[in-house]
Amino acid sequence: MPTPNESIQLTLNGESHTLAAGLSAADLIEQLGLTGRRIAVEINEQIVPKSQLAQTHLANGDQIEVVHAIGGG
Amino acid sequence: MTPLTDTPFTVAGRAFSSRLLVGTGKYKDFTETGAAIAQSGAEIVTFAVRRTNLGQDADAPNLLDVVSPQRYTLLPNTAGCYNAKDAVRTCRLARELLDGHNLVKLEVLGDDHTLYPNVVETLKAAETLLADGFDVMVYTSDDPIVARELEAMGCCAIMPLGSLIGSGHGIQNPHNVRLIVEQSSVPVLVDAGIGTASDAAMAMELGCDGVLLNTAIAHARDPLRMANAMKLAVEAGRDAFLAGRMPRRQSADPSSPFAGRING
Repeated sequence: MPTPNESIQLTLNGESHTLAAGLSAADLIEQLGLTGRRIAVEINEQIVPKSQLAQTHLANGDQIEVVHAIGGG
Repeated sequence: MTPLTDTPFTVAGRAFSSRLLVGTGKYKDFTETGAAIAQSGAEIVTFAVRRTNLGQDADAPNLLDVVSPQRYTLLPNTAGCYNAKDAVRTCRLARELLDGHNLVKLEVLGDDHTLYPNVVETLKAAETLLADGFDVMVYTSDDPIVARELEAMGCCAIMPLGSLIGSGHGIQNPHNVRLIVEQSSVPVLVDAGIGTASDAAMAMELGCDGVLLNTAIAHARDPLRMANAMKLAVEAGRDAFLAGRMPRRQSADPSSPFAGRING
């Protein structure tokens, strides 16, 4: 298990981010202020359903996409 | 007088009274988006999926606050995808975004100059999405053979372009659209190229089941007025199609009788 001082590097919406180790996807969404917003999350090209965000732990090198609906035709 | 009736527009087992489908892009703001869509009478509304802007105001208004999933049937699209893989990922994200809703508009584009459909990638994406349980309304070229393939695979609506996306050039090849209408058992909708009301009416007069448009309303000088025009044009075109137009003639045919003329 990682100690609280360790950090991980991951890619979030195409940009590199450094986060504390041991966070879940739900923790990340909360840090981003997006809890309860209508978003969808994909990690390493796999959908993470809302119901599984809390159980999904982030790992070094993860590629994360957080998307929402915008105007388009 | 017997009231005029029509069958509902039915796609993937869902029935609708409006045959006009609209997009949500290019509006000045969400207020205008909501008002124009309400005025259009559309019941199916398409939107795009994009990365959330991180670090911005999380309380900023969201498109789905204006175009609510309770009021409209939302149709996520894969606009901006240039290969099958990105289109499939986008549809899966959209399904998660909409709590399992599986009706999507598939479009896989060829290049950013023409936004012409890449039919090879479209066919690949359709195959994967259909196997994954999606109901696929597919944007494609006006090639009747490609349209037939997409229908045979199981796509629930075929949506040929009238002309290039956002061009407003109307229906450039009505004969191809007519061929697709005649051969298809699933709904056919003109998607892309509609510039003004007469283009939408023409699509319906060709026998299309519906019309999908965005820019023609959003970039009209008065979007609300154009939304109303499109609503009426789709209804008028549909009625004209059902009524069956008169035959074209090479010479004139007076509407008033010859008999009883004062100079007779």
